[in-house]
Amino acid sequence: MSDLEIRESVVRGGIGQSPLRPDGVSKAEGSYLFSSDLSADNMLIGKTLRSPHQHARILSIDTSKALAMQGVHTVITADDVPGKPTYGLISSDQPVFAGEVVRYIGEPIAAVVADDEDICARAIAAIDVVYETLPALTDARFAADPESMEIHPDGNVIREQNVVCGDLSVVGDVIVEDRYTIGMQDQAFLGLEAALAIPDADGAGVECHVATQWLHEDLAQIAACLDLPETAIRMVLGGVGGAFGGREDISLQVHVCLLALATGRPVKMHYSRSESFLGHVHRHPAEIWMRHHATQDGRIVKIEAEFIFDGGAYASTSSAVLVNAVTHTQGPYKCDNAYVRGVAVRTNNLPCGAMRGFGVVQACFAHERQMDLLAQKCNLEPLEIRRRNAMATGDRLITGQTVESVAPVREIIAGLAAIPEPSETLHSNGHPYGLPGGAGNTTRSSDVVRGVGYGLAIKNLMYSEAFDDYSTARCRLDDGVITLKFATAEVGQGFITIAAQIARSTLGLEDVRLDPIDTGVGSAGSTSASRQTWMSGGAVEAACLKVRQLIFEHVAATTGGDAFALVIEGDTLVNTTNGQRWPMLQIVSGLVIDEEVEFRHRPTVPLDENGQGDCHTAFAFVGHRAVVDVDVELGLVRVVEIATVQDVGRALNPLSVTGQIEGGIAQGLGLALMEEIIQRDGRIMNPSFTDYLIPTIADMPPVVAQLIEIPDPQAPMGAKGVGEPPTISSTPAIISAIQNAMNRSGGADTHLTRVPIRPSDIAKAVNSNLRD
Amino acid sequence: MPIAHPDSIEDLKEILRADTSIVLLAGGTDFMVGLNHGSTRLESDHLIVDLRSVAELSTVELDYRSKMLRLGAGVRWNDLLSGPIEDAAPCLSQSARTVGSHQIRTAGTIGGNVATASPAGDGVCALVALDASVVLTSHRGQRNVAVRDFATGPKTTVIEKDEFIERIDVPIVNGWQGYSKIGTRNAMVISVAGAAVVLSPDSQICRIALGSVGPTIIAADSASSFATTAIDWNTSSVSTDDLDQVVQLVRESASPINDHRSTASYRTHAVGVLVKRLIEQGLRSIKESV
Repeated sequence: MSDLEIRESVVRGGIGQSPLRPDGVSKAEGSYLFSSDLSADNMLIGKTLRSPHQHARILSIDTSKALAMQGVHTVITADDVPGKPTYGLISSDQPVFAGEVVRYIGEPIAAVVADDEDICARAIAAIDVVYETLPALTDARFAADPESMEIHPDGNVIREQNVVCGDLSVVGDVIVEDRYTIGMQDQAFLGLEAALAIPDADGAGVECHVATQWLHEDLAQIAACLDLPETAIRMVLGGVGGAFGGREDISLQVHVCLLALATGRPVKMHYSRSESFLGHVHRHPAEIWMRHHATQDGRIVKIEAEFIFDGGAYASTSSAVLVNAVTHTQGPYKCDNAYVRGVAVRTNNLPCGAMRGFGVVQACFAHERQMDLLAQKCNLEPLEIRRRNAMATGDRLITGQTVESVAPVREIIAGLAAIPEPSETLHSNGHPYGLPGGAGNTTRSSDVVRGVGYGLAIKNLMYSEAFDDYSTARCRLDDGVITLKFATAEVGQGFITIAAQIARSTLGLEDVRLDPIDTGVGSAGSTSASRQTWMSGGAVEAACLKVRQLIFEHVAATTGGDAFALVIEGDTLVNTTNGQRWPMLQIVSGLVIDEEVEFRHRPTVPLDENGQGDCHTAFAFVGHRAVVDVDVELGLVRVVEIATVQDVGRALNPLSVTGQIEGGIAQGLGLALMEEIIQRDGRIMNPSFTDYLIPTIADMPPVVAQLIEIPDPQAPMGAKGVGEPPTISSTPAIISAIQNAMNRSGGADTHLTRVPIRPSDIAKAVNSNLRD
Repeated sequence: MPIAHPDSIEDLKEILRADTSIVLLAGGTDFMVGLNHGSTRLESDHLIVDLRSVAELSTVELDYRSKMLRLGAGVRWNDLLSGPIEDAAPCLSQSARTVGSHQIRTAGTIGGNVATASPAGDGVCALVALDASVVLTSHRGQRNVAVRDFATGPKTTVIEKDEFIERIDVPIVNGWQGYSKIGTRNAMVISVAGAAVVLSPDSQICRIALGSVGPTIIAADSASSFATTAIDWNTSSVSTDDLDQVVQLVRESASPINDHRSTASYRTHAVGVLVKRLIEQGLRSIKESV
């Protein structure tokens, strides 16, 4: 082969490189148009009236005073919904407007449309609703009790799902158990809910610009409620400022379309921060009991667990979140025997649904706290207990499913062990923010105890349980220019960047343009479940491969060769039989090819009543090591560093992967230390960024990230989704590190079982004067 | 709604003399949040008075002869962070550093912090420990009110309808002073518990103020006077038992609430720890500087 001359031919901005994202500069400069920046000529403003009661019967709604106000165009209620009165992602159980009963504080009752914001606010205040308040169901533990009142025609239980496998009579030499609590986290996306609906001139349809995660799902739900054919509605993606699951469910979409059709004028609705807390679903608060049985040397022989998820007033995706939780009970560890019970229920609390990690966050917090307990009981180091139980490719899960995805758990553990720990004195570099308490100047270095902790996770990728999960992409080649069309919601994760990279690498051409993201092409599925790189990436790749095949056939026909002998190397077309090479740009000159592809992942099946079945598509793995400094006396924490090793399959854009890792860790840190929606009798006590705290730059430590790149044979281009794993095990790693610091300072009796952890949770372990 | 832009203190006095509902607007960092959140309502007949147009309100006068720092009400947090003000009133600078973000510190003013009368007011806590006073001006004249007496409860004060805060007189105290505050994140957070301590070996005085543990900022008088006598000013030291007693008195003077930010029990605990650490740090610092 030495006579073959190898020329390095690369395509600029292809996969494996880190081209900058097209939306990056405008977002940094503040010139990017988010959906809340949308406007149209002649535009009106819409606003929602919301329930002040947790549970009440609506006796009457009098809108006459509001309607009579100058500048008010109309007011709509449940009576004005022409089609299906309810909507929902999995079951259609949530009213567009509450008509007879309200089931949570903040539930929409009516919407007004007026000339401006101020008139809207006064009109909302002028609507007279008479309620008969009903007792509220606020405690998820009682909701499943047959004695409890039912708060919804579909009942209180959204889903029960057990996972039972192996020999349940097995008893371990070592048994550890505890109860764990996960508070309600908000997605806290920075771009608030907003949409602009523009009615067709003939009033027969509407165009809706909205920040969402899934245009086609929105479209189907809107069409049903509006009683319009789906062809009468066009959905266009407005600029999305983050999503994290909070935009999977409908919020203002149906309302704004109804108002636009009712007035025949463009209508914009946009939520304030406090309304946003009411307007989207949150991460499920959960109560989890877990008991691990192990041998003396720390090998898990059985896991028992019980999960109670508070779904709030309506179902949203609770049933799928629950399945994710119970099927991830074991974490990334081998286990042959398990008895897991799970239930997701309705209460009169805020509705809960999708959020980054989707049920696995809750399960992981519990199983990782349990692994620490087990390590302690077996006198093993935290990494050693995890290494002894580490799952590997080909192992069977407690659902009976074989892990066919690459499962590099031992590599992750070895990687974490090899990353050097930060210096003990890192905090004392003189910067006040370097110590617990940060800017508050509360803590001297002598008050600080260092702690180190670990967390590992397994996360399913894509949709599960027989869902027909697909994505559509179109690739048009025209005289050397590639144009991609898809309905994939770019929510900040960076798909538009890698879509172009995939096209460049597949076709050896650099000029890639993106059509507007709208419903002018088939569904892309949701931007959630860490699925778009695999699914829409797979669709873009498949569409480009089809175009490539047609290019090869064209070249073969014109040059008389065999299409199968042609390959693209970088920006060059190569005939492998004779070594002939052409620049791609030259070969496609004048060529027009347009191909559309629907891409599906392999089928999955529903779980049976014992939680058995190949319900998940694929899995990714991750590990985190947290190093923290804790002021135990005051209960204050400074995370010094997070080290992480993540199984990514293949990094299509390493910079983007790093961004997901750092952002995901910030969100995991938030759940560990501060992020919680606090409800009292169903009312949010902290509905603002003054009191719903998310980490600042003074809270976020440096991240040392290592990628494990073992291409997954089942994944397009070998790339696994990377969005969720960083959030999942960073949380327990931080709590574990705090626990480690507390143990070192003599608070060993306390086992930390709750997130977010509060300063008092830490301080009371060593201060007898502190009560709950 | 109408907005007035007075360009002098005289002008401001005259505007306030009128019998209308008036909103005094300085940095707006509390006002705008309330307005956006719906907890503050503006009616169409409200007159907004823009205090930023009164340049005299932003003056700073450092008078070392009479040992007084005179801060115009419109002086912003960022102006307090360093330089001569930090030398003259270090705990006030420290409190300024804990307020909000850079953007908020650029807009928010010390006068606004005093006028808002939040039980969590960071600047107010430092000012009470410094024994500062508020200079209230109206067309009727001028009066001085101690900062510790200015707020009568959460968001309520002794200010009259026609008065405004012209300046705050802050005694320049030799010795050591410090401010600490606890929040549930490391920056940009409302105080869960705060404390300011002023130690003056020259006049042999220890003054302690507490934040977020009562309806107003609390001057912890019993703890202050106990500490004043318990500290051996010649050696800059205090016995462990006496310091524990100071902490005990601090906790007794606190009357915190349970709310979504924290528990009363934690606040009581924390404020004691903060005072203990500040006194230890202050005495060590004084000893080292001798």
